[in-house]
Amino acid sequence: MPNVRIPTPLRKLTGDQEVVAASGSNITEILADLDATFPGLKERLCDESGAVRRFVNIFINDEDIRFLEESATPVKETDEISIVPAIAGG
Amino acid sequence: MDTKASPYFTALKCRECSRTYPKGAVHVCDFDFGPLEAAYDYDAIKAVLTREAITSRPHSMWRYRELLPIDGEPTVGTQVGFTPLVRSKRLAERLGVSELYIKNDTVNYPTLSFKDRVVSVALSRACEMGYKVVACASTGNLANSVAANAASAGLISYVLIPADLEQGKVLGSLVYGTNVIGIHGAYDQVNRLCSEIAGKYGWGFVNVNLRPYYAEGSKSMGFEIAEQLGWRTPQHTVIPMASGSLLTKIHKAYTEFAKLGLIDATPFKVHGAQATGCSPIAEAMKKGTDIVKPVPKPNTIVKSLAIGTPADGYYAIRTMKETGGYAEDVSDEEVVEGIRLLAETEGIFAETAGGVTVACARKLIESGKIPADESIVLCITGHGLKTQEAITGKCGAPRLISPSLREFDALVGEEAAALALQ
Repeated sequence: MPNVRIPTPLRKLTGDQEVVAASGSNITEILADLDATFPGLKERLCDESGAVRRFVNIFINDEDIRFLEESATPVKETDEISIVPAIAGG
Repeated sequence: MDTKASPYFTALKCRECSRTYPKGAVHVCDFDFGPLEAAYDYDAIKAVLTREAITSRPHSMWRYRELLPIDGEPTVGTQVGFTPLVRSKRLAERLGVSELYIKNDTVNYPTLSFKDRVVSVALSRACEMGYKVVACASTGNLANSVAANAASAGLISYVLIPADLEQGKVLGSLVYGTNVIGIHGAYDQVNRLCSEIAGKYGWGFVNVNLRPYYAEGSKSMGFEIAEQLGWRTPQHTVIPMASGSLLTKIHKAYTEFAKLGLIDATPFKVHGAQATGCSPIAEAMKKGTDIVKPVPKPNTIVKSLAIGTPADGYYAIRTMKETGGYAEDVSDEEVVEGIRLLAETEGIFAETAGGVTVACARKLIESGKIPADESIVLCITGHGLKTQEAITGKCGAPRLISPSLREFDALVGEEAAALALQ
C-alpha cells in the first residue's frame, strides 16, 4: 500500500504516527481510506464539497497534485504521498 | 519583557474560518491550515487615532502604531518608513499620464527595501515574546533587513537564502555578522525547509511562525501613501507580487483608513506586477481562476519576486478582482527597460522588482486598463545597488581618456557645442 506522510498538526489523529499506509487507486480514495482508519482526518484536509482545502498541499513523490490530476491523480502501490499544510514565506 | 497587552490589537484570526487564537507564535489555523491574521478593535482605535494624532508623531511607520500588531512600544526599527512619495513629471510624460507618484522605498531605513517595514514589526514582536534568535527564508531583501535590524537589537540571527542570489544581497547580509545559510535550491525549497525547522529550535522565524506580525508591517506603506497624498487613496496602485502579501496589505491599509474615517471611502484599484519567468499569480488572474498553479522552476532575473508557490496568491487575486484591478507580467528585457526608464526620468535606481512595477504599469496604461487621466501610485520596493548584475553591461560604459584637455575637447567638443545651441 502507498505510504502517506502525515504533518505534525495532524498526528494527534494518527496516534502520533508520522507515516501511515492507506489503500486506494487515486487521491480521493486514499483520503477516504485514511478517514476510515483515522476518523476526522478528511474534514481537516477537505472542505464541505470534498475538494482539498486551499492551504493543504498534497505531493506524490514530491510532485504537487495540482500539476497532475488534482484529487483524481492515480496512485501506485509504491508511491510516497506527502501532506504539507500551509506554505508560508515571502 | 513584561508588556501590557495592547487594547487595540486583540487576537489572531484565521482568514478562512475566522476561528480566533491568542497572540502567540503561530501562523496557521489548527483546523483548516488557513493563514492567521492580526485582528483589531477598530472602535477603540477610532477613539484615539485621528489625523491630528498621526501628524503630531515622528515621521516613521510607527506613527500608525495602533494599527500594527505589537503590545507595547516598538523596540526594533523605530525609524523605519515614511519614505518619500514623489510626484512624477518626467516619467508621467513618458507614460502619457497626468497624475503619477512613486512611493520610493529604495530609500527605506536601514536596508533600502520595504522589508524593513515587516521586519520592524516582526522583531519588535519577537522581543516582546522573549526570542533571542530570529531567522527567515529570503530571496535577499528580507535577509538583509533581518540581519541589520537583529544586529541593532542585539538578537542572534540566521538567514536562509537560495545559494545563487545576487552578490550585493549576500554581502548585504554577511556584513551585519548574521549567520547566512545558502541552500542549493530555489526559494520555495528554502521556504519548505524553513517550515520544517521553524518549530524545532525555538527560533522566531519572521516569515513562518511570526508571519502574522511580519505581514502587517506592509500596511504601513499603504498608510503612508494615503496620508502623503493628502488623506486620500490613489485610483490605481501598482504593486509587485512575490508571495502577494504586500498587495493584500496595501488594500487592507486603505480599507482600514476608510473604516476609521481617516479618509473618504472612494473606489480604488490595486494592480499586481510579476516577471513572466515566475508569474503564477498573474497567470491565474489572466485565466480568470483563483487556483494558483505553482511554478516549479522560476526563471527570471527578478530573483526577489521568484516565488513559485506564493503563500498569498489566492488572496492577492481575490483583492485585485474585488477592486477591479488587473495583473500583468513582463519579460526580463522589459524589466531592464523599466529600471532604466525610472532611473533616467526620475533619478531613482530601483532593483529588478522596481523594473517589473514600472514595466507592468506601462503595459496597463498602454492597454487602457489604467486610464491616463486617473491618479496612479507605483510601489518601488528596493534599491538597485543590490541587483547590479541585472543591468551590468546594459547601460553603456564610461568613455575613457587620459587627463588631457586635448583628449577631452576631442571627446565632447561637438556635443558640448550642440548642447550650447539648445
